[in-house]
Amino acid sequence: MDEPLRIADRVFGSRLIMGTGGASNLTVLERALVASGTELTTVAMRRVDPSGGGVLDLLERLKIGVLPNTAGCRGAAEAVLTARLAREALETDWVKLEVIADERTLLPDVTELVHAAEQLVDDGFTVLPYTTDDPVVARRLEDIGCAAVMPLGSPIGTGRGIANPHNIELIAEQAGVPVILDAGIGTASDAALAMELGCAAVLLATAVTRAGDPERMARAMADAVSAGFDARLAGRIPKRYWAQASSPALPSAVVD
Amino acid sequence: MIRPWEALVNLVVNGQPTEVADGCTTAELVERLSARRTGIAVAVDGEVVPRHAWGTALRDGAAVEVLTAVQGG
Repeated sequence: MDEPLRIADRVFGSRLIMGTGGASNLTVLERALVASGTELTTVAMRRVDPSGGGVLDLLERLKIGVLPNTAGCRGAAEAVLTARLAREALETDWVKLEVIADERTLLPDVTELVHAAEQLVDDGFTVLPYTTDDPVVARRLEDIGCAAVMPLGSPIGTGRGIANPHNIELIAEQAGVPVILDAGIGTASDAALAMELGCAAVLLATAVTRAGDPERMARAMADAVSAGFDARLAGRIPKRYWAQASSPALPSAVVD
Repeated sequence: MIRPWEALVNLVVNGQPTEVADGCTTAELVERLSARRTGIAVAVDGEVVPRHAWGTALRDGAAVEVLTAVQGG
């Protein structure tokens, strides 16, 4: 891809942002991350556990930027505290802001999300909010000062693709900050569609980490994001009702 | 290390009731929980304790959260 992705003050060659959740082990995760070509990858903040860890060392070794999230947080106060802890632990003021309404759908609680985003922007964070596919909420988040908006395609981990492509297109069309399709990607064509609709990047995890062959799926996603981005910039043909011949008409002499 | 003649303070560390020696600092508690020094953050009673303040002793009754980055998102 010719044009790099710009978010706030950083530039990325890859338009695929990865998550690290769901991988069966760090070796599988490493192969998938390398195959994806990603330059920015999310991690969650949790209580220390002597048996856990290792993901930070892996990302450091692969020279992949760390994007802490506030996954699992249920209200603005909890999300803001988690973001502040992540900033302290990881020495980054970037945060994927996630405020969840309930465990069954994991849908964003947008009123709490907006409150948390306001506080974190005021506090100097670079806020990348995970939100619904509502164009009005997306605009509101941009107005607050978020560095990107990250609407869902469909709920986290469902792999149902982009449920409302029209809304994603509306969000991308009106946004002055990068729109990153986050959640719901199931396979490569979903990622390509996100880019064709005008998204600046795609964030996914489950579709790769829980695929039969995560490394191969990661490569497929990278190709899909590139292909979709080029297709968007190339300008697709309009859809027509009737066929339009792509070969010159036969001279009548041949028919006679 | 807790010696029987030392005074103790009671904390709640990551949800678990925990006794530490009086004067135990945030840094000492972190050392007890993790081999890592980087990638860790601490909150006491819902407020982030910046790394430069890890030398302060924890007071009795404090609720301490010690977090790190894990796979997720």
